[in-house]
Amino acid sequence: MTPALKHMRRAAGYLAILLVTSFLIFVLIEAAPGDPAEIMLGTSAQLDTVAALRAELGLDRPMLVRYASWIGGVFTGDLGASYTYGTPVGELIADRLAVTVPLTLFATFLAICISLPLGVWAGARPGAVTDGLATIFAQFGIAVPNFWIGLLLILFLSLGLGWFPAGGFPGWGEGLGKAVSALILPAIALAIPQAAVLTRVTRAAVIEVAHEDFVRTARAKGLGRNRALWLHTVPNALLPVVTMLGLQIPFLISGAVLVENVFTLPGIGTLAYQALSQRDLIVVQNVVLMFAIIVIVVNLIVDGLYAILDPRLRTHK
Amino acid sequence: MKRIPLNLWLGGLISFLLVGSAILSRFWTPEDPIKMNILNRLKGPGDAGLLGADQIGRDVFSMIMAGGWTSLGIAVTATIVGGSIGTLIGVTAAAKSGAFEKVSGWVNSVLFAFPPILSAILLGALLGPGGLTSIIAIGVFMIPVFTRISRGAAMQIWSRDYIKAAKMSGKGQALITVEHILPNISAQLLVQFAIQTGLGILAEAGLSFLGMGIAPPTPSWGRMLADAQTYIGTAPHLVLAPGIAIALAVLGLNLLGDGLRDLSDPRRKQAS
Amino acid sequence: MLSIKDLRVSFQQSTGALTEVVHGISLDLDRGETLGIVGESGSGKSVLSLATMGLLPRTAQASGQILFEGQDLLKAPEKQMCGLRGRKIGMIFQEPMSALNPAMTVGAQIAEGLRLHNGLSKSDARAETLRLLEMVQIPNAAQRIDSYPHEMSGGQRQRVGIAIAIALKPDLLIADEPTTALDVTVQAEILDILDDLVAELGISLILISHDLGVIARIADRTLVMYRGDEMEHGDTEQVLRHPRHDYTRKLLAAMPRRALKSLDQTGGEKPHA
Repeated sequence: MTPALKHMRRAAGYLAILLVTSFLIFVLIEAAPGDPAEIMLGTSAQLDTVAALRAELGLDRPMLVRYASWIGGVFTGDLGASYTYGTPVGELIADRLAVTVPLTLFATFLAICISLPLGVWAGARPGAVTDGLATIFAQFGIAVPNFWIGLLLILFLSLGLGWFPAGGFPGWGEGLGKAVSALILPAIALAIPQAAVLTRVTRAAVIEVAHEDFVRTARAKGLGRNRALWLHTVPNALLPVVTMLGLQIPFLISGAVLVENVFTLPGIGTLAYQALSQRDLIVVQNVVLMFAIIVIVVNLIVDGLYAILDPRLRTHK
Repeated sequence: MKRIPLNLWLGGLISFLLVGSAILSRFWTPEDPIKMNILNRLKGPGDAGLLGADQIGRDVFSMIMAGGWTSLGIAVTATIVGGSIGTLIGVTAAAKSGAFEKVSGWVNSVLFAFPPILSAILLGALLGPGGLTSIIAIGVFMIPVFTRISRGAAMQIWSRDYIKAAKMSGKGQALITVEHILPNISAQLLVQFAIQTGLGILAEAGLSFLGMGIAPPTPSWGRMLADAQTYIGTAPHLVLAPGIAIALAVLGLNLLGDGLRDLSDPRRKQAS
Repeated sequence: MLSIKDLRVSFQQSTGALTEVVHGISLDLDRGETLGIVGESGSGKSVLSLATMGLLPRTAQASGQILFEGQDLLKAPEKQMCGLRGRKIGMIFQEPMSALNPAMTVGAQIAEGLRLHNGLSKSDARAETLRLLEMVQIPNAAQRIDSYPHEMSGGQRQRVGIAIAIALKPDLLIADEPTTALDVTVQAEILDILDDLVAELGISLILISHDLGVIARIADRTLVMYRGDEMEHGDTEQVLRHPRHDYTRKLLAAMPRRALKSLDQTGGEKPHA
């Protein structure tokens, strides 16, 4: 099979997964108690008013038709209107993504900046003091809930030292500096557990690759220990690290919901959470689908990254 | 005499204390963990009980003990349920391969897209918040993990010669799975059980922090933190105790899992 | 040029105990000479070569002397060894499959040493790499230079391994089982390339092998090792024709008959010439 065909097949597989996932979401939300029209109009509304609104929202159509029209809307960008706010769900989500996407990217960037040197440093000399310190960081970082890290950061750095705002988001219109400083603490809180996991994986991968023959070949060419480590061992150790980065995405998203809550950031997690408490089910439905899409798209990107990191996966025999 | 690895005895000790205090909380706590005592409102450690009192004067230490039961109960139940389903799918996929394996791979990919908080948001819409929602949301997340682990481990056993011999002698797949595969992968499953229970505790804390977990007044570590957030400026001690409890519990279970793995497979010790 | 005196190497076990695996080996090598070291696996021959390169694992301890151009390599600081490795002493490894970095083009792997030691510019290094690939007889070198190891056959990879080792025209080349992992048909080609290049460039060669046929083909002198001890040491022809030691006789007897015949032809007294 040619690589192009393989990628297409994989993409088709992911698309099928998305369809199944979306159907599952749809059915679950359908089964949820509470009629949207009744929620919108309140319990005192007349029966015929409710019926009229149901018709207007298209809720009286058969389930499969409604599912199809929802999926069609996903492709055209028309996701319907929020039951509570009346604003288009698409706009609502886009607004909130402007906070969540920078936040998660920032956190991932921080996590890589922490874990890569730490993991390589630890893996280069297993059993040394540095290895011990990195291992302790990894064990604690994995065990500590990110929302608690967020609370501690607020306690010490915001309330204690007053370095950062304790929460809220001024919006990107208020200037880059203010917006970024509002994201720093949440990003750290989100990054630490990620960094811990990645440190562990990096360390293990470096230890394994360091025993490979080609590292010895590099040393035999006259490369010093560090040069061989960074030019030969590390590039070959990145594959499992990238895999783990992909596997961590669901955790990153869960984490974002929690951390946004701690720092009262108007992100997608807060939106989902608020929508749930207001029973704005159409928002819940779309947000959850969007999360699933993000997970799957990131997995596709990770697949593509493999090919860059490992030339063996790029060409075919 | 094998030396007991540091992580095993440290993890074992913490896990033992966690389970012990959780069980003890069913029979005895210093104070009633749900009893208000407005006179003790927001008092610090030592002034009211070992760890102080919360915004309505409940004893924090007692709440930590009782919250341990909640966390552990939900995490263990979810891991047992999700782990059993996942293992069943995994060993079946290893035995049958072919179409079943493919389908189970797909199911996993779908489930994988649903981290506990997302499932809980969805399920919350359906069932409302509560212990059951938490258990299902966390359990669903455990399924793909156990499927992957058990399938991989089972496939390794299937390729052994004595399994081929058993096949030749006419034993069915189910019988071989029960007689040979499951006993041989049980060590790996036990290791995973400890680690996943730790993750379950983290997830439960997250859910109850968001108010999607077990309903009040049943104490839970996540809800304690959510309440503490309101009083973070005036009573910072309320933030510390539940967080440390969560972190220690997860750390202990992780160390226990790692330690068990080192013990059962010393070869992996250096690399893991 | 190279003189090893009473080399002993021990490894630290996980229990802390030391196990000696090379028990006092001595040998001398002149410029342009080829020395074969023969022995079965576990005889300590690879440890000997790694000791010379200064690439023994951390758990190993070496004593004795390895004098290279008068300098004791066992006492040389790491920085100095880095300057010697590749530039003065090259090495070819056994497994062409795993001895090359899978994530780097072969051209970049050959050029790496050139750029490191000689400070060549990118384009100069590439031109020199191309020349080296042609020297080791890689067909279509201009295209293969940008190939990755997995796109090459075992024999081609080992040619790349040779190109890496001779890139800086070292004075000494150590080849540790360079043909063992290869198909029999390719083995002879690789040995010929190695033999020609060593002669052409005036490189001293230490050829390590478990295969007497390989040794017989190109070694001037042969050292037979068994479990870290020297069994026999002398002119290759002498050692193979008139073995003085039982162990050498056993090695000879263990060779397939066909190989023995070819031994007669190559190591023999000017056979049908």
